[in-house]
Amino acid sequence: MRIFPLGDSAATIEFGNEISIDSNNRSIALARSLSRHPFGGMIEAVPAYASVTVLYDPTITRFGAVRSIIENSVDTSDAFADKPSEIIEIPIEISGNRSPDLHRIAEYADLKEVEVLEIFLSQTYRVFMLGFLPGFAYMGEVDDRIAAPRLETPRTKVPMGSVGIAGKQTGIYPLESPGGWNIIGRTDLKLFDPTSDHPCLLKPGYEVRFVRC
Amino acid sequence: MKLLIRKPGILTTVQDLGRTSHQALGINPNGVMDRTAARLINALLGNDDNEAVLETHFPAVEVEFGSGCSFAIGGADLGAELSGIPIRNWSSLAAKPGDVLRFTKPSCGMRPYLAVAGGFAIDKWLGSCSTNLIAGAGGRNGSSLKAADVIALREPRMTASHTIGPSMTPKYSRFPTVRVVAGGEFGLLTAISEKAFLSDGFTITSDSNRMGYRLSGPPIHLLHTKEMVSAAVTFGTIQLLPDGQLIVLMADHQTAGGYPRIANVISADLPLLAQLGANDGVSFHLVTIDEAERVAAEFERNLCRLRTGINLLG
Repeated sequence: MRIFPLGDSAATIEFGNEISIDSNNRSIALARSLSRHPFGGMIEAVPAYASVTVLYDPTITRFGAVRSIIENSVDTSDAFADKPSEIIEIPIEISGNRSPDLHRIAEYADLKEVEVLEIFLSQTYRVFMLGFLPGFAYMGEVDDRIAAPRLETPRTKVPMGSVGIAGKQTGIYPLESPGGWNIIGRTDLKLFDPTSDHPCLLKPGYEVRFVRC
Repeated sequence: MKLLIRKPGILTTVQDLGRTSHQALGINPNGVMDRTAARLINALLGNDDNEAVLETHFPAVEVEFGSGCSFAIGGADLGAELSGIPIRNWSSLAAKPGDVLRFTKPSCGMRPYLAVAGGFAIDKWLGSCSTNLIAGAGGRNGSSLKAADVIALREPRMTASHTIGPSMTPKYSRFPTVRVVAGGEFGLLTAISEKAFLSDGFTITSDSNRMGYRLSGPPIHLLHTKEMVSAAVTFGTIQLLPDGQLIVLMADHQTAGGYPRIANVISADLPLLAQLGANDGVSFHLVTIDEAERVAAEFERNLCRLRTGINLLG
């Protein structure tokens, strides 16, 4: 574990440099523990793949104090207990214009499109973290056989609800946005709803399955 | 009891100090680029520290006051006039009904701010008035201001006239030196790159906006490539891109990034960066976290003293 300042108002606690369930569990557990028992001046604990960044008000506390709190009083051993008991199902439509990169993934994998879909839909994916766009979940891990790299030239517009693959990651565009992931399908489910008190459907630690509709 | 937007300007948004506690959901924090400017003009008017202000760029917003109200402008100097009379930054001033505020020519800095005494009547989204253009939420209808928009004033009032002296206002320059603290991958810089980062100047490219500034300068290299996975980033994080160039993340930054974090601009110096535009330059000076915290605490003490003084004078 390594702790370093991210400027004078945040500290990052790093558990590793790779995508692993263990590092991600520790990150989510630490963020959750801090959110439940925030220290004075803490604004938010932001979990990522293998780290937590704690944002704080520097007029109330300082990096040295934050580091001591993290080093001395935080237990990340009890992994998270309250992830949803059921897996979240995301219906996706597969069609020519909703799956513009299916042929590209099939080419990459040297498989038939139907085989690519079978592999993609057979897996349960974990939400490792949110970022990039409001409610955008970085999920994994995609089967190596279909882990096609990002497009060389990103699209200027990817429609809302598009489900993409980028290497071993999969994700859903919650809003229309530029993007370079291989789009395999599209969902009508609302991933991000600014009018709701809980604007994002997915949270770190959730599990997701895609279901063809 | 309202403000009429006669001309919207190129990019004018409602911002406060940012949506601070939803980054775990990927919601970028937004907020004013120049926090010192917003905080100082709110202090002048006796407003809350986090009261929403208008942030504009040149060609800038043109507004008409629908009612008498004290207001203040700060940040960039774009030749502001109130009904044809030049007015200055960092002073609380009185507008009469029908007075028109416009910005006539860029003189110093990129982003001026307008605050009104009693604040704008803007609904909060997730605890903040700041405009999130990506989500289309917050601020006024989640968008930049449009011609003929009307913004209600919450409690317009006249306040005594005050001016903030130059000892407290930011020392804007087109080529500032900003202080940084080392980032997670600073120690991986080659000796030559570390020296270049801390002694050569960098130019702000035209590919720069409220999300981030792309810099052009000497190529920066790490001793060896490091496997990185995305982690949270913040306002002021300086990332090293694969082509050896740097990007500084600004107020509308994405919440996470996967590039090496070379350094972070200290919060006291972010306002200097916030007022730069394309072809301006910046140099970096490394300080310890203790020094960054000392400078930040000193500013807070001075702001507190200023607020106390203004409240005592009424």
